[in-house]
Amino acid sequence: MSRLNPINKKARKIEQMIVAANGDVEALQKKSNANPGRIYYPMGCTLNFTPGWEVDNSGGTAGLCQPVERDLFDCYLGCGWPAQVPDHLNNSPDWTDKCASAANDWRKVDIVFP
Amino acid sequence: MSTIAEVIPSSAFRPAEAHAFKAAGEDFLYLVPSGAVFRMEGLCKDIVEFVRREPAMRSDIVAHFIDKGLELAEIEATIDDLDQAAVIASGFSKPPAPVVPLQKFPLQRVVLNVTNQCNLACTYCYEYSADKIAQQDGKPKYMTADIAESAVEMLILEAGGREGLHVTFFGGETLLNFNVMRTTVIYAERRAAELGKRIEFSLTTNATLLNETIVDFLSEHRIGVTVSIDGDQELNDKMRVFHDGRGSYSVIAPKIKELLKRHRTNSIGARVTLTSQVADVQRIYQHLTTELGFDSVGFSPATASPDRLYHIGTQKMDNILDSFAKLAWEYRDYAVEGKQHGFTNVSDTLKELNSGVSKAYPCGAGVGLLGVGTAGDISLCHRFVDSPVGKMGHVKEGGVDHEARGEFLATHHIGARYDCHTCWARPTCAGGCFHEAFVHYGETSAANLHYCDWIRGWNDLCLQILGEISVRNPQFLERFEN
Repeated sequence: MSRLNPINKKARKIEQMIVAANGDVEALQKKSNANPGRIYYPMGCTLNFTPGWEVDNSGGTAGLCQPVERDLFDCYLGCGWPAQVPDHLNNSPDWTDKCASAANDWRKVDIVFP
Repeated sequence: MSTIAEVIPSSAFRPAEAHAFKAAGEDFLYLVPSGAVFRMEGLCKDIVEFVRREPAMRSDIVAHFIDKGLELAEIEATIDDLDQAAVIASGFSKPPAPVVPLQKFPLQRVVLNVTNQCNLACTYCYEYSADKIAQQDGKPKYMTADIAESAVEMLILEAGGREGLHVTFFGGETLLNFNVMRTTVIYAERRAAELGKRIEFSLTTNATLLNETIVDFLSEHRIGVTVSIDGDQELNDKMRVFHDGRGSYSVIAPKIKELLKRHRTNSIGARVTLTSQVADVQRIYQHLTTELGFDSVGFSPATASPDRLYHIGTQKMDNILDSFAKLAWEYRDYAVEGKQHGFTNVSDTLKELNSGVSKAYPCGAGVGLLGVGTAGDISLCHRFVDSPVGKMGHVKEGGVDHEARGEFLATHHIGARYDCHTCWARPTCAGGCFHEAFVHYGETSAANLHYCDWIRGWNDLCLQILGEISVRNPQFLERFEN
Protein backbone atom coordinates (compact mmCIF):
# COMPACT_ATOMS: atom_id res chain seq x y z
CA MET A 1 0.00 0.00 0.00
CA SER A 2 1.08 3.54 -0.62
CA ARG A 3 0.22 6.55 1.48
CA LEU A 4 -2.23 7.83 -1.12
CA ASN A 5 -6.03 7.59 -1.14
CA PRO A 6 -7.01 6.58 -4.64
CA ILE A 7 -10.66 7.27 -5.50
CA ASN A 8 -11.06 6.20 -9.10
CA LYS A 9 -9.81 3.31 -11.23
CA LYS A 10 -6.90 5.25 -12.76
CA ALA A 11 -5.70 6.37 -9.34
CA ARG A 12 -5.78 2.76 -8.12
CA LYS A 13 -3.77 1.71 -11.16
CA ILE A 14 -1.19 4.39 -10.44
CA GLU A 15 -0.97 3.25 -6.84
CA GLN A 16 -0.40 -0.34 -7.99
CA MET A 17 2.38 0.83 -10.27
CA ILE A 18 4.06 2.72 -7.46
CA VAL A 19 3.84 -0.27 -5.13
CA ALA A 20 5.17 -2.58 -7.84
CA ALA A 21 7.99 -0.24 -8.78
CA ASN A 22 9.07 0.17 -5.20
CA GLY A 23 8.64 -3.47 -4.32
CA ASP A 24 10.28 -5.41 -7.12
CA VAL A 25 13.94 -4.45 -7.20
CA GLU A 26 15.32 -4.44 -3.72
CA ALA A 27 18.99 -4.04 -4.70
CA LEU A 28 20.45 -6.44 -2.14
CA GLN A 29 19.24 -4.21 0.64
CA LYS A 30 17.72 -5.48 3.77
CA LYS A 31 14.57 -7.32 2.80
CA SER A 32 11.67 -4.99 3.38
CA ASN A 33 8.16 -5.96 4.27
CA ALA A 34 6.70 -3.85 1.49
CA ASN A 35 5.05 -6.82 -0.18
CA PRO A 36 4.55 -9.59 2.29
CA GLY A 37 3.91 -12.89 0.57
CA ARG A 38 5.53 -11.91 -2.70
CA ILE A 39 8.76 -13.32 -4.10
CA TYR A 40 11.83 -11.34 -3.16
CA TYR A 41 14.24 -10.68 -6.03
CA PRO A 42 17.70 -9.40 -5.18
CA MET A 43 19.03 -7.08 -7.89
CA GLY A 44 21.11 -8.89 -10.49
CA CYS A 45 18.59 -11.57 -11.27
CA THR A 46 16.51 -11.69 -14.35
CA LEU A 47 12.79 -11.85 -13.80
CA ASN A 48 11.14 -15.09 -14.82
CA PHE A 49 10.07 -13.77 -18.18
CA THR A 50 13.30 -12.09 -19.24
CA PRO A 51 15.59 -14.07 -21.53
CA GLY A 52 18.41 -15.74 -19.63
CA TRP A 53 22.02 -15.11 -20.52
CA GLU A 54 23.09 -18.58 -21.58
CA VAL A 55 26.54 -17.40 -22.58
CA ASP A 56 28.72 -14.47 -21.77
CA ASN A 57 29.56 -11.70 -24.19
CA SER A 58 32.41 -13.68 -25.74
CA GLY A 59 30.11 -16.57 -26.60
CA GLY A 60 31.51 -18.82 -23.86
CA THR A 61 30.53 -19.61 -20.30
CA ALA A 62 33.75 -18.62 -18.55
CA GLY A 63 32.76 -15.03 -17.94
CA LEU A 64 29.42 -15.68 -16.28
CA CYS A 65 29.25 -14.57 -12.70
CA GLN A 66 28.48 -18.12 -11.55
CA PRO A 67 29.11 -21.39 -13.35
CA VAL A 68 25.88 -22.15 -15.17
CA GLU A 69 26.00 -25.76 -13.98
CA ARG A 70 25.19 -24.50 -10.53
CA ASP A 71 22.26 -22.36 -11.41
CA LEU A 72 19.39 -24.43 -10.20
CA PHE A 73 15.74 -24.00 -9.46
CA ASP A 74 16.09 -21.28 -6.94
CA CYS A 75 17.69 -19.07 -9.57
CA TYR A 76 14.97 -20.11 -11.91
CA LEU A 77 12.02 -19.18 -9.69
CA GLY A 78 12.61 -18.46 -6.05
CA CYS A 79 16.03 -16.88 -6.65
CA GLY A 80 18.32 -18.00 -3.86
CA TRP A 81 21.46 -17.46 -5.90
CA PRO A 82 22.56 -14.25 -7.57
CA ALA A 83 23.12 -15.59 -11.09
CA GLN A 84 21.44 -15.90 -14.46
CA VAL A 85 19.79 -19.08 -15.68
CA PRO A 86 18.73 -20.16 -19.13
CA ASP A 87 15.48 -18.74 -20.31
CA HIS A 88 12.94 -21.49 -19.87
CA LEU A 89 10.12 -19.69 -21.62
CA ASN A 90 11.61 -19.20 -25.06
CA ASN A 91 14.97 -20.81 -25.71
CA SER A 92 15.38 -23.60 -23.19
CA PRO A 93 11.93 -24.76 -22.17
CA ASP A 94 13.16 -28.31 -21.52
CA TRP A 95 16.30 -27.35 -19.59
CA THR A 96 15.19 -29.01 -16.39
CA ASP A 97 13.14 -31.85 -17.84
CA LYS A 98 15.53 -34.48 -16.48
CA CYS A 99 15.77 -32.84 -13.10
CA ALA A 100 12.90 -34.07 -10.99
CA SER A 101 14.50 -33.06 -7.73
CA ALA A 102 17.15 -30.38 -7.73
CA ALA A 103 18.88 -31.79 -4.68
CA ASN A 104 19.40 -35.20 -6.34
CA ASP A 105 19.40 -34.51 -10.05
CA TRP A 106 21.25 -31.26 -10.36
CA ARG A 107 24.00 -32.88 -12.41
CA LYS A 108 21.48 -33.62 -15.14
CA VAL A 109 20.93 -29.94 -15.67
CA ASP A 110 23.34 -29.32 -18.47
CA ILE A 111 25.14 -26.33 -19.88
CA VAL A 112 23.11 -24.46 -22.48
CA PHE A 113 24.70 -23.39 -25.74
CA PRO A 114 22.99 -21.04 -28.15
CA MET B 1 15.62 39.79 -2.19
CA SER B 2 18.21 39.34 -4.91
CA THR B 3 17.28 38.05 -8.33
CA ILE B 4 19.38 34.95 -7.87
CA ALA B 5 17.58 34.00 -4.69
CA GLU B 6 14.28 34.08 -6.59
CA VAL B 7 15.38 31.43 -9.07
CA ILE B 8 13.64 28.20 -8.21
CA PRO B 9 16.02 25.26 -8.45
CA SER B 10 14.87 22.59 -10.89
CA SER B 11 15.00 20.02 -8.14
CA ALA B 12 12.42 21.91 -6.09
CA PHE B 13 9.04 20.23 -5.75
CA ARG B 14 5.85 22.06 -6.70
CA PRO B 15 2.28 20.83 -7.14
CA ALA B 16 1.88 19.01 -10.44
CA GLU B 17 -0.94 19.92 -12.82
CA ALA B 18 -4.25 19.14 -11.15
CA HIS B 19 -7.73 20.44 -10.42
CA ALA B 20 -8.51 20.68 -6.72
CA PHE B 21 -12.08 20.25 -5.52
CA LYS B 22 -13.99 19.69 -2.31
CA ALA B 23 -16.75 17.19 -1.70
CA ALA B 24 -18.44 15.94 1.47
CA GLY B 25 -16.07 18.12 3.49
CA GLU B 26 -12.98 16.38 2.08
CA ASP B 27 -10.27 17.62 -0.28
CA PHE B 28 -9.61 15.94 -3.61
CA LEU B 29 -7.22 16.32 -6.49
CA TYR B 30 -8.03 15.45 -10.10
CA LEU B 31 -4.64 14.93 -11.72
CA VAL B 32 -4.00 16.13 -15.25
CA PRO B 33 -3.27 14.56 -17.67
CA SER B 34 -3.58 11.16 -15.98
CA GLY B 35 -7.21 11.61 -14.90
CA ALA B 36 -6.53 10.01 -11.51
CA VAL B 37 -8.54 11.20 -8.50
CA PHE B 38 -7.00 11.09 -5.03
CA ARG B 39 -8.52 12.12 -1.73
CA MET B 40 -6.03 14.31 0.07
CA GLU B 41 -5.54 13.98 3.77
CA GLY B 42 -2.86 13.77 6.43
CA LEU B 43 0.76 14.19 5.47
CA CYS B 44 0.02 13.90 1.73
CA LYS B 45 -2.24 16.92 1.92
CA ASP B 46 0.18 18.85 4.13
CA ILE B 47 3.13 18.29 1.79
CA VAL B 48 1.13 19.41 -1.26
CA GLU B 49 -0.03 22.51 0.63
CA PHE B 50 3.57 23.20 1.72
CA VAL B 51 4.97 23.13 -1.83
CA ARG B 52 1.95 25.06 -3.11
CA ARG B 53 2.91 28.00 -0.90
CA GLU B 54 6.41 27.92 -2.32
CA PRO B 55 8.35 25.32 -4.35
CA ALA B 56 10.63 23.47 -1.97
CA MET B 57 13.62 21.13 -2.18
CA ARG B 58 13.21 17.65 -0.76
CA SER B 59 15.56 18.54 2.10
CA ASP B 60 13.41 21.56 2.99
CA ILE B 61 10.24 19.50 2.98
CA VAL B 62 11.87 16.89 5.19
CA ALA B 63 13.26 19.51 7.59
CA HIS B 64 9.89 21.27 7.83
CA PHE B 65 8.00 18.11 8.78
CA ILE B 66 10.73 16.74 11.05
CA ASP B 67 10.31 19.97 13.03
CA LYS B 68 6.65 19.08 13.34
CA GLY B 69 7.64 15.80 14.94
CA LEU B 70 7.11 13.42 12.03
CA GLU B 71 9.40 10.50 11.27
CA LEU B 72 12.00 10.79 8.53
CA ALA B 73 11.13 7.48 6.84
CA GLU B 74 7.44 8.40 6.74
CA ILE B 75 8.15 11.81 5.22
CA GLU B 76 10.55 10.39 2.61
CA ALA B 77 8.15 7.64 1.61
CA THR B 78 5.25 10.09 1.31
CA ILE B 79 7.29 12.44 -0.88
CA ASP B 80 8.19 9.47 -3.09
CA ASP B 81 4.57 8.36 -3.38
CA LEU B 82 3.41 11.87 -4.26
CA ASP B 83 6.23 12.30 -6.77
CA GLN B 84 5.63 8.97 -8.47
CA ALA B 85 1.88 9.53 -8.67
CA ALA B 86 2.63 12.99 -10.18
CA VAL B 87 0.79 14.82 -7.40
CA ILE B 88 3.94 16.89 -6.94
CA ALA B 89 6.73 17.31 -9.47
CA SER B 90 10.29 18.54 -9.72
CA GLY B 91 12.70 18.88 -12.62
CA PHE B 92 13.80 15.34 -11.84
CA SER B 93 10.32 13.86 -11.95
CA LYS B 94 9.42 11.57 -14.78
CA PRO B 95 8.04 13.77 -17.57
CA PRO B 96 4.59 12.92 -18.90
CA ALA B 97 4.67 10.66 -21.93
CA PRO B 98 4.24 12.48 -25.23
CA VAL B 99 0.98 11.88 -27.09
CA VAL B 100 1.67 9.69 -30.10
CA PRO B 101 -0.99 9.90 -32.79
CA LEU B 102 -2.75 6.62 -33.44
CA GLN B 103 -2.30 4.92 -36.75
CA LYS B 104 -4.38 1.90 -37.52
CA PHE B 105 -6.93 1.35 -34.79
CA PRO B 106 -9.33 -1.60 -34.85
CA LEU B 107 -12.78 -0.41 -35.77
CA GLN B 108 -15.57 -1.05 -33.26
CA ARG B 109 -18.61 0.67 -34.66
CA VAL B 110 -20.08 1.85 -37.92
CA VAL B 111 -22.93 4.31 -38.12
CA LEU B 112 -25.06 3.68 -41.17
CA ASN B 113 -27.02 6.71 -42.37
CA VAL B 114 -29.57 4.47 -44.03
CA THR B 115 -31.45 7.43 -45.45
CA ASN B 116 -30.92 11.14 -45.85
CA GLN B 117 -34.69 11.73 -45.91
CA CYS B 118 -36.77 12.79 -42.93
CA ASN B 119 -40.49 13.14 -42.34
CA LEU B 120 -39.84 15.88 -39.79
CA ALA B 121 -38.29 19.26 -40.43
CA CYS B 122 -36.64 20.16 -37.14
CA THR B 123 -35.17 23.59 -37.48
CA TYR B 124 -31.90 22.73 -35.75
CA CYS B 125 -31.11 19.46 -37.53
CA TYR B 126 -27.35 19.24 -37.99
CA GLU B 127 -27.65 16.66 -40.71
CA TYR B 128 -29.84 18.43 -43.17
CA SER B 129 -30.83 21.96 -42.14
CA ALA B 130 -29.21 25.41 -42.26
CA ASP B 131 -25.82 24.35 -40.84
CA LYS B 132 -25.64 21.07 -42.68
CA ILE B 133 -22.32 20.15 -44.19
CA ALA B 134 -23.61 17.17 -46.15
CA GLN B 135 -23.89 17.54 -49.90
CA GLN B 136 -26.51 15.03 -50.95
CA ASP B 137 -26.67 16.07 -54.61
CA GLY B 138 -26.47 12.93 -56.67
CA LYS B 139 -26.60 10.70 -53.58
CA PRO B 140 -29.40 8.15 -53.33
CA LYS B 141 -32.13 8.91 -50.82
CA TYR B 142 -31.97 5.41 -49.33
CA MET B 143 -29.08 3.07 -48.68
CA THR B 144 -29.43 -0.28 -50.44
CA ALA B 145 -29.07 -3.59 -48.62
CA ASP B 146 -26.02 -4.26 -50.78
CA ILE B 147 -24.23 -1.12 -49.55
CA ALA B 148 -25.25 -1.80 -45.94
CA GLU B 149 -23.88 -5.35 -46.11
CA SER B 150 -20.63 -4.08 -47.59
CA ALA B 151 -20.42 -1.68 -44.67
CA VAL B 152 -20.84 -4.60 -42.27
CA GLU B 153 -18.06 -6.47 -44.12
CA MET B 154 -15.87 -3.38 -43.83
CA LEU B 155 -16.53 -3.31 -40.08
CA ILE B 156 -15.59 -6.98 -39.76
CA LEU B 157 -12.42 -6.51 -41.81
CA GLU B 158 -11.30 -3.35 -40.04
CA ALA B 159 -12.15 -4.65 -36.57
CA GLY B 160 -9.30 -7.15 -36.76
CA GLY B 161 -9.31 -9.34 -33.69
CA ARG B 162 -11.90 -7.31 -31.81
CA GLU B 163 -14.68 -9.52 -30.49
CA GLY B 164 -17.46 -7.02 -29.89
CA LEU B 165 -18.86 -5.11 -32.86
CA HIS B 166 -21.56 -2.48 -33.02
CA VAL B 167 -23.76 -1.16 -35.81
CA THR B 168 -25.74 2.03 -35.31
CA PHE B 169 -28.56 2.97 -37.65
CA PHE B 170 -29.03 6.64 -38.26
CA GLY B 171 -30.70 9.03 -40.71
CA GLY B 172 -32.48 11.22 -41.75
CA GLU B 173 -35.30 9.32 -40.11
CA THR B 174 -33.86 5.84 -39.80
CA LEU B 175 -37.19 4.02 -39.90
CA LEU B 176 -38.00 5.42 -43.34
CA ASN B 177 -35.61 2.67 -44.46
CA PHE B 178 -36.65 0.02 -41.97
CA ASN B 179 -36.46 -2.70 -44.62
CA VAL B 180 -32.75 -2.26 -45.16
CA MET B 181 -32.19 -1.93 -41.44
CA ARG B 182 -33.98 -5.24 -40.90
CA THR B 183 -32.06 -7.16 -43.57
CA THR B 184 -28.79 -5.66 -42.36
CA VAL B 185 -29.41 -6.74 -38.78
CA ILE B 186 -30.14 -10.29 -39.88
CA TYR B 187 -27.13 -10.33 -42.22
CA ALA B 188 -24.78 -8.93 -39.56
CA GLU B 189 -26.00 -11.38 -36.92
CA ARG B 190 -25.35 -14.29 -39.26
CA ARG B 191 -21.85 -13.02 -40.16
CA ALA B 192 -20.97 -12.40 -36.53
CA ALA B 193 -22.14 -15.89 -35.58
CA GLU B 194 -19.98 -17.39 -38.36
CA LEU B 195 -16.95 -15.54 -37.06
CA GLY B 196 -17.64 -16.09 -33.37
CA LYS B 197 -17.99 -12.39 -32.68
CA ARG B 198 -20.54 -10.49 -30.62
CA ILE B 199 -22.58 -7.86 -32.41
CA GLU B 200 -24.91 -5.23 -31.02
CA PHE B 201 -27.20 -2.73 -32.67
CA SER B 202 -28.71 0.61 -31.90
CA LEU B 203 -30.78 3.14 -33.71
CA THR B 204 -31.81 6.73 -33.39
CA THR B 205 -35.35 7.62 -34.37
CA ASN B 206 -37.89 10.40 -34.08
CA ALA B 207 -40.48 7.73 -33.16
CA THR B 208 -43.07 8.89 -35.69
CA LEU B 209 -43.00 5.63 -37.64
CA LEU B 210 -42.88 3.12 -34.81
CA ASN B 211 -45.45 0.35 -35.07
CA GLU B 212 -45.97 -3.09 -33.59
CA THR B 213 -43.93 -4.93 -36.22
CA ILE B 214 -40.98 -2.60 -35.84
CA VAL B 215 -41.07 -2.57 -32.06
CA ASP B 216 -41.21 -6.37 -31.92
CA PHE B 217 -38.26 -6.58 -34.30
CA LEU B 218 -36.26 -4.14 -32.14
CA SER B 219 -37.08 -6.14 -29.05
CA GLU B 220 -36.34 -9.50 -30.64
CA HIS B 221 -32.89 -8.34 -31.82
CA ARG B 222 -32.12 -6.42 -28.63
CA ILE B 223 -31.62 -3.18 -30.49
CA GLY B 224 -30.89 -0.17 -28.29
CA VAL B 225 -33.07 2.81 -29.11
CA THR B 226 -32.45 6.52 -28.78
CA VAL B 227 -35.58 8.59 -29.25
CA SER B 228 -35.16 12.22 -30.19
CA ILE B 229 -37.72 14.24 -28.25
CA ASP B 230 -37.54 17.64 -26.61
CA GLY B 231 -40.01 17.38 -23.72
CA ASP B 232 -43.73 17.94 -23.34
CA GLN B 233 -45.99 18.99 -26.17
CA GLU B 234 -45.32 22.70 -25.88
CA LEU B 235 -41.53 22.36 -25.77
CA ASN B 236 -41.19 19.49 -28.22
CA ASP B 237 -43.36 21.13 -30.85
CA LYS B 238 -41.32 24.35 -30.92
CA MET B 239 -38.64 22.73 -33.08
CA ARG B 240 -39.69 19.15 -33.82
CA VAL B 241 -42.30 19.69 -36.50
CA PHE B 242 -43.53 18.02 -39.68
CA HIS B 243 -42.89 19.69 -43.00
CA ASP B 244 -46.25 21.43 -42.81
CA GLY B 245 -45.38 22.91 -39.44
CA ARG B 246 -47.51 20.58 -37.27
CA GLY B 247 -45.86 19.52 -34.05
CA SER B 248 -44.84 15.89 -33.70
CA TYR B 249 -45.61 15.32 -30.01
CA SER B 250 -49.18 14.06 -30.32
CA VAL B 251 -48.05 11.53 -32.92
CA ILE B 252 -45.03 10.20 -31.02
CA ALA B 253 -46.21 10.18 -27.39
CA PRO B 254 -48.49 7.12 -27.69
CA LYS B 255 -45.93 5.32 -29.87
CA ILE B 256 -43.20 5.92 -27.32
CA LYS B 257 -45.35 4.57 -24.50
CA GLU B 258 -45.98 1.46 -26.57
CA LEU B 259 -42.25 1.13 -27.35
CA LEU B 260 -41.31 1.38 -23.69
CA LYS B 261 -43.94 -1.19 -22.79
CA ARG B 262 -43.11 -3.80 -25.44
CA HIS B 263 -39.34 -3.47 -25.86
CA ARG B 264 -37.58 -4.61 -22.70
CA THR B 265 -34.42 -6.25 -24.05
CA ASN B 266 -32.15 -3.20 -24.34
CA SER B 267 -31.96 0.39 -23.16
CA ILE B 268 -34.30 3.00 -24.55
CA GLY B 269 -33.17 6.53 -23.94
CA ALA B 270 -34.49 9.98 -24.74
CA ARG B 271 -32.17 12.46 -26.38
CA VAL B 272 -33.10 16.11 -25.96
CA THR B 273 -31.72 18.92 -28.05
CA LEU B 274 -31.52 22.18 -26.17
CA THR B 275 -31.97 25.49 -27.95
CA SER B 276 -32.49 29.08 -26.89
CA GLN B 277 -36.26 28.38 -26.79
CA VAL B 278 -36.13 24.92 -25.23
CA ALA B 279 -33.88 24.90 -22.20
CA ASP B 280 -35.98 24.01 -19.15
CA VAL B 281 -33.97 20.94 -18.24
CA GLN B 282 -35.89 19.95 -15.13
CA ARG B 283 -39.31 20.33 -16.67
CA ILE B 284 -38.20 18.24 -19.65
CA TYR B 285 -36.64 15.54 -17.47
CA GLN B 286 -39.72 15.34 -15.28
CA HIS B 287 -42.01 14.96 -18.24
CA LEU B 288 -39.95 12.37 -20.08
CA THR B 289 -39.43 10.18 -17.03
CA THR B 290 -42.71 10.43 -15.14
CA GLU B 291 -45.17 11.09 -17.97
CA LEU B 292 -43.66 9.03 -20.77
CA GLY B 293 -41.68 6.51 -18.72
CA PHE B 294 -38.13 6.83 -20.06
CA ASP B 295 -35.55 5.67 -17.55
CA SER B 296 -32.71 7.58 -19.13
CA VAL B 297 -32.61 11.06 -20.60
CA GLY B 298 -29.63 12.84 -22.13
CA PHE B 299 -29.41 16.50 -23.11
CA SER B 300 -27.28 18.14 -25.73
CA PRO B 301 -27.22 21.75 -26.90
CA ALA B 302 -27.95 22.17 -30.61
CA THR B 303 -24.93 22.61 -32.80
CA ALA B 304 -25.48 25.92 -34.51
CA SER B 305 -23.50 28.81 -35.83
CA PRO B 306 -23.87 31.82 -33.52
CA ASP B 307 -26.16 33.76 -35.88
CA ARG B 308 -28.98 31.22 -35.78
CA LEU B 309 -32.00 32.24 -33.75
CA TYR B 310 -32.00 28.98 -31.84
CA HIS B 311 -28.30 29.27 -30.96
CA ILE B 312 -27.75 29.28 -27.22
CA GLY B 313 -25.72 32.30 -26.17
CA THR B 314 -23.20 32.35 -23.34
CA GLN B 315 -25.66 33.75 -20.81
CA LYS B 316 -28.22 31.09 -21.58
CA MET B 317 -25.56 28.38 -21.43
CA ASP B 318 -24.74 29.50 -17.90
CA ASN B 319 -28.41 29.16 -16.99
CA ILE B 320 -28.46 25.71 -18.51
CA LEU B 321 -25.45 24.73 -16.43
CA ASP B 322 -27.36 25.90 -13.34
CA SER B 323 -30.35 23.75 -14.17
CA PHE B 324 -28.06 20.85 -15.10
CA ALA B 325 -26.53 21.28 -11.66
CA LYS B 326 -29.91 21.03 -9.91
CA LEU B 327 -30.71 17.80 -11.72
CA ALA B 328 -27.17 16.54 -11.15
CA TRP B 329 -27.51 17.04 -7.38
CA GLU B 330 -30.71 15.05 -7.56
CA TYR B 331 -28.63 12.31 -9.22
CA ARG B 332 -26.16 12.59 -6.35
CA ASP B 333 -28.93 12.20 -3.78
CA TYR B 334 -30.21 9.11 -5.56
CA ALA B 335 -26.70 7.65 -5.79
CA VAL B 336 -26.03 8.17 -2.10
CA GLU B 337 -29.14 6.11 -1.41
CA GLY B 338 -28.00 3.52 -3.97
CA LYS B 339 -30.80 4.37 -6.38
CA GLN B 340 -30.63 4.73 -10.15
CA HIS B 341 -31.23 8.17 -11.68
CA GLY B 342 -31.82 8.63 -15.39
CA PHE B 343 -29.86 11.84 -16.08
CA THR B 344 -27.38 10.25 -18.46
CA ASN B 345 -25.21 13.33 -18.86
CA VAL B 346 -24.12 12.70 -15.26
CA SER B 347 -23.75 8.93 -15.53
CA ASP B 348 -21.77 9.23 -18.78
CA THR B 349 -19.38 11.76 -17.28
CA LEU B 350 -19.10 9.85 -14.00
CA LYS B 351 -18.20 6.72 -15.92
CA GLU B 352 -15.35 8.56 -17.63
CA LEU B 353 -14.16 10.28 -14.48
CA ASN B 354 -14.35 7.09 -12.46
CA SER B 355 -12.26 5.15 -14.95
CA GLY B 356 -9.92 8.14 -15.24
CA VAL B 357 -9.91 8.49 -19.01
CA SER B 358 -7.21 10.62 -20.55
CA LYS B 359 -8.28 11.07 -24.10
CA ALA B 360 -6.03 11.59 -27.09
CA TYR B 361 -9.15 12.23 -29.17
CA PRO B 362 -12.45 13.73 -28.00
CA CYS B 363 -14.54 10.86 -29.32
CA GLY B 364 -14.33 7.68 -31.34
CA ALA B 365 -14.76 9.39 -34.72
CA GLY B 366 -12.07 8.13 -37.08
CA VAL B 367 -10.63 6.04 -34.26
CA GLY B 368 -13.03 3.18 -33.45
CA LEU B 369 -16.02 4.62 -35.29
CA LEU B 370 -16.76 5.56 -38.90
CA GLY B 371 -19.91 6.77 -40.63
CA VAL B 372 -21.30 5.45 -43.91
CA GLY B 373 -23.60 7.45 -46.23
CA THR B 374 -26.42 6.17 -48.42
CA ALA B 375 -24.11 5.76 -51.42
CA GLY B 376 -21.50 3.90 -49.39
CA ASP B 377 -19.12 6.77 -48.80
CA ILE B 378 -17.17 6.36 -45.59
CA SER B 379 -16.81 9.39 -43.37
CA LEU B 380 -15.31 10.46 -40.09
CA CYS B 381 -18.65 9.99 -38.32
CA HIS B 382 -22.38 10.20 -39.00
CA ARG B 383 -22.25 13.97 -38.79
CA PHE B 384 -19.80 14.16 -41.70
CA VAL B 385 -21.59 11.71 -43.95
CA ASP B 386 -21.65 12.89 -47.57
CA SER B 387 -19.52 15.90 -46.75
CA PRO B 388 -16.25 16.55 -48.59
CA VAL B 389 -14.67 17.08 -45.17
CA GLY B 390 -13.67 13.93 -43.33
CA LYS B 391 -14.20 11.61 -46.31
CA MET B 392 -12.41 8.32 -45.75
CA GLY B 393 -13.07 6.00 -48.65
CA HIS B 394 -15.99 3.96 -49.95
CA VAL B 395 -17.31 0.62 -48.69
CA LYS B 396 -17.23 -0.91 -52.17
CA GLU B 397 -14.32 0.93 -53.74
CA GLY B 398 -11.22 0.13 -51.76
CA GLY B 399 -12.79 0.27 -48.28
CA VAL B 400 -11.33 2.58 -45.67
CA ASP B 401 -8.85 5.12 -47.00
CA HIS B 402 -6.13 4.49 -44.45
CA GLU B 403 -4.03 7.36 -45.67
CA ALA B 404 -6.84 9.86 -45.09
CA ARG B 405 -7.67 8.29 -41.72
CA GLY B 406 -4.01 8.34 -40.63
CA GLU B 407 -3.68 11.95 -41.75
CA PHE B 408 -6.77 12.87 -39.75
CA LEU B 409 -5.56 11.11 -36.62
CA ALA B 410 -2.14 12.73 -36.93
CA THR B 411 -3.56 16.25 -37.08
CA HIS B 412 -6.44 16.00 -34.59
CA HIS B 413 -5.03 14.44 -31.43
CA ILE B 414 -4.79 16.40 -28.22
CA GLY B 415 -1.07 17.04 -28.68
CA ALA B 416 -1.92 19.09 -31.77
CA ARG B 417 -4.69 21.09 -30.07
CA TYR B 418 -2.48 23.69 -28.47
CA ASP B 419 -5.38 25.67 -26.98
CA CYS B 420 -6.11 22.70 -24.74
CA HIS B 421 -2.62 22.24 -23.31
CA THR B 422 -3.18 24.39 -20.25
CA CYS B 423 -6.74 23.24 -19.53
CA TRP B 424 -7.39 20.85 -16.67
CA ALA B 425 -10.50 19.43 -18.35
CA ARG B 426 -8.57 18.07 -21.34
CA PRO B 427 -8.46 14.44 -20.14
CA THR B 428 -12.21 14.10 -20.75
CA CYS B 429 -12.82 16.86 -23.30
CA ALA B 430 -9.75 16.74 -25.58
CA GLY B 431 -11.05 19.74 -27.52
CA GLY B 432 -14.60 18.64 -28.20
CA CYS B 433 -16.69 17.62 -31.19
CA PHE B 434 -15.05 17.90 -34.65
CA HIS B 435 -18.39 18.74 -36.23
CA GLU B 436 -19.18 21.45 -33.70
CA ALA B 437 -15.73 22.92 -34.37
CA PHE B 438 -16.28 22.81 -38.10
CA VAL B 439 -19.65 24.59 -37.88
CA HIS B 440 -18.24 27.26 -35.55
CA TYR B 441 -14.73 27.81 -36.83
CA GLY B 442 -14.64 26.18 -40.26
CA GLU B 443 -11.94 23.78 -39.03
CA THR B 444 -12.40 20.29 -37.68
CA SER B 445 -9.11 20.63 -35.81
CA ALA B 446 -10.12 23.76 -33.87
CA ALA B 447 -10.75 23.44 -30.16
CA ASN B 448 -14.35 24.34 -29.23
CA LEU B 449 -13.36 27.41 -27.29
CA HIS B 450 -16.96 28.63 -26.99
CA TYR B 451 -17.67 25.66 -24.68
CA CYS B 452 -14.57 25.74 -22.46
CA ASP B 453 -16.10 27.37 -19.38
CA TRP B 454 -19.12 25.15 -19.69
CA ILE B 455 -17.06 21.98 -19.97
CA ARG B 456 -14.90 22.93 -16.99
CA GLY B 457 -17.99 23.82 -14.97
CA TRP B 458 -19.62 20.51 -15.82
CA ASN B 459 -16.49 18.47 -15.08
CA ASP B 460 -16.03 20.24 -11.77
CA LEU B 461 -19.63 19.49 -10.83
CA CYS B 462 -19.34 15.82 -11.78
CA LEU B 463 -16.03 15.52 -9.92
CA GLN B 464 -17.76 16.84 -6.81
CA ILE B 465 -20.47 14.25 -7.27
CA LEU B 466 -17.85 11.53 -7.74
CA GLY B 467 -16.04 12.70 -4.60
CA GLU B 468 -19.21 12.82 -2.59
CA ILE B 469 -20.35 9.37 -3.69
CA SER B 470 -16.86 8.00 -2.94
CA VAL B 471 -17.26 9.18 0.65
CA ARG B 472 -20.93 8.50 1.27
CA ASN B 473 -21.69 5.43 -0.82
CA PRO B 474 -18.55 4.07 -2.51
CA GLN B 475 -20.30 0.82 -3.56
CA PHE B 476 -22.37 2.83 -6.00
CA LEU B 477 -19.26 3.43 -8.12
CA GLU B 478 -18.83 -0.28 -8.74
CA ARG B 479 -21.45 -0.06 -11.48
CA PHE B 480 -19.03 2.08 -13.49
CA GLU B 481 -16.17 -0.36 -13.21
CA ASN B 482 -16.83 -2.29 -16.42
